[in-house]
Amino acid sequence: MSLNALEMKDVSFSYNHQQVLEDINFTIEEKDFVAIIGPNGGGKSTLLKIVLGLLTPDKGEVKVFGREPKKALDLVGYLPQHTHFDLDFPIDVFETVLMGRYHGMFKNYTSEDREIALQALKDVDMERYKDRQISRLSGGQIQRVLIARALAREPKLLLMDEPMASIDPEMQNSFYRLISHLKDRMTLVLVSHDVGTVSMHVDKIACLNQKLYYHGPAEEAGEGLEEIYHCSIEHISHGIPHRVLRKH
Amino acid sequence: MFEFIQYDFMQRAFIAAILVSVACGAVGTYVVIKKIVSMSGAISHAAFGGVGLGYLLGVNPVVAAIPFSIVAALSMGAVQEKVKISEDTAIGILWSVGMALGIIFVNLKSGYAPDLFSYLFGSILTVSNTDLYIMLVLDLIILIVVFLFRREFLGVSFDEEFSKVVGLPSTLINMLLLALIALSVVVLIKVVGIILLIALLAIPAAICKQYTYDIRKLMISSTIIGAILTSLGLILAFIFNLSSGATIILVLGAALFISYFIQE
Ligand SMILES: Nc1ncnc2c1ncn2[C@@H]1O[C@H](COP(=O)(O)OP(=O)(O)OP(=O)(O)O)[C@@H](O)[C@H]1O
Ligand SMILES: [Mg+2]
Repeated sequence: MSLNALEMKDVSFSYNHQQVLEDINFTIEEKDFVAIIGPNGGGKSTLLKIVLGLLTPDKGEVKVFGREPKKALDLVGYLPQHTHFDLDFPIDVFETVLMGRYHGMFKNYTSEDREIALQALKDVDMERYKDRQISRLSGGQIQRVLIARALAREPKLLLMDEPMASIDPEMQNSFYRLISHLKDRMTLVLVSHDVGTVSMHVDKIACLNQKLYYHGPAEEAGEGLEEIYHCSIEHISHGIPHRVLRKH
Repeated sequence: MFEFIQYDFMQRAFIAAILVSVACGAVGTYVVIKKIVSMSGAISHAAFGGVGLGYLLGVNPVVAAIPFSIVAALSMGAVQEKVKISEDTAIGILWSVGMALGIIFVNLKSGYAPDLFSYLFGSILTVSNTDLYIMLVLDLIILIVVFLFRREFLGVSFDEEFSKVVGLPSTLINMLLLALIALSVVVLIKVVGIILLIALLAIPAAICKQYTYDIRKLMISSTIIGAILTSLGLILAFIFNLSSGATIILVLGAALFISYFIQE
């Protein structure tokens, strides 16, 4: 029997009485590649934080590989949309990525952990910078390091909140190439605003704006998109191959 | 010129200078990189409550300050976790409530509190052997805890959200770090006193942070720089017959200023 990577049942969430998510029913099967799209403030980042156990829903049930979110953290990797760390912090690139290998108190990082961390840096083409202090990186380079940190966890479920923010086109291409390799190994969830690019790569799209308006094959996401963005597909899908977002 | 080294009290003072530097190097580094200098200031002022309690109960004020400042530090952590109060506000409150408690405790004990001043402004020249043993034991505890939890302290200092996501018990670790700060405060009390303490805790790491990005080197260099500057302050205070705590702090401040200048 294979467990679903994620199951959300009737999940609602509010920040100080401001409803952000409402009755979300959302199931992601193992090895799915799902993009979550939706307008600013639609609750995408909030949803990921619930999956990670950083936020607790007001009601409803969340199961990650059949477990409580906080009990499933060893299976989950995360790339945050915003990071709050001080860039002047005394830490280098390699150590930052190594933190993705954390597996509990009193457990030293093994040589295997180090190899995995180094491989993750190679995957994002950043191994040259491994000894560099993080403040001496550009914004996009930091983003790559954080992608490597998420990959180093070798998760079964990888959550990425706008991974392509500040990444140059060349790296974007190699990122999607990398992702297509990862697809066989893990479940991928990606938040993005770039509907066009994303829908060419993912299997499924989830449209989120407080409620989950659509979740299904990327080719048929048209109506869900219209509903959440309150405008017609022609408008948002400008420049998108017709195959992807055709009218029904 | 160096005849002062013959005096017992001077020898003890130099040992004290080294012992405080260990706490500054290990814990001061986290205080600086995690940007919790003012919170540490609040913990140090709250420790005065413990000193007052010591007077009242007739026990060594430094010993009484240990549990008291740990409790103060942990309640600070708990308030941040549970109550919707801004950190800034909590710091200000802890700062003065702790001091006020200390004053009331001293009031309750009728009679004159002879060396109260030394706890407020420090007096490294009157450090006793007992004080040195207490400092040594606390230093050892600090070093062991920092060594055992170095990954966790680094994680919560650098990126607390991510450390939660990899399953690091961040609340517990934050509390542990606050407790270590409380212990460091106790190590430093006799040397520079509650009011001047925070500068001694933070300045060595603030100086060294400009020159290294490696946290291990940062801790070691802060310890060395701390020992040198504290000793220098001690010698100057002795030669010019000045208040030792204040002299040490001014030497540290001057060194920080010069180091920024060199770095420019
Ligand atoms: N920490 C917070 N406290 C209070 N309200 C919040 C907080 N974080 C988010 N919100 C609110 O919750 C709503 C959803 O935010 P969320 O960050 O999940 O949106 P999003 O879909 O990720 O948006 P974006 O596309 O801009 O990243 C927004 O209306 C926002 O104002
Ligand atoms: Mg977001």
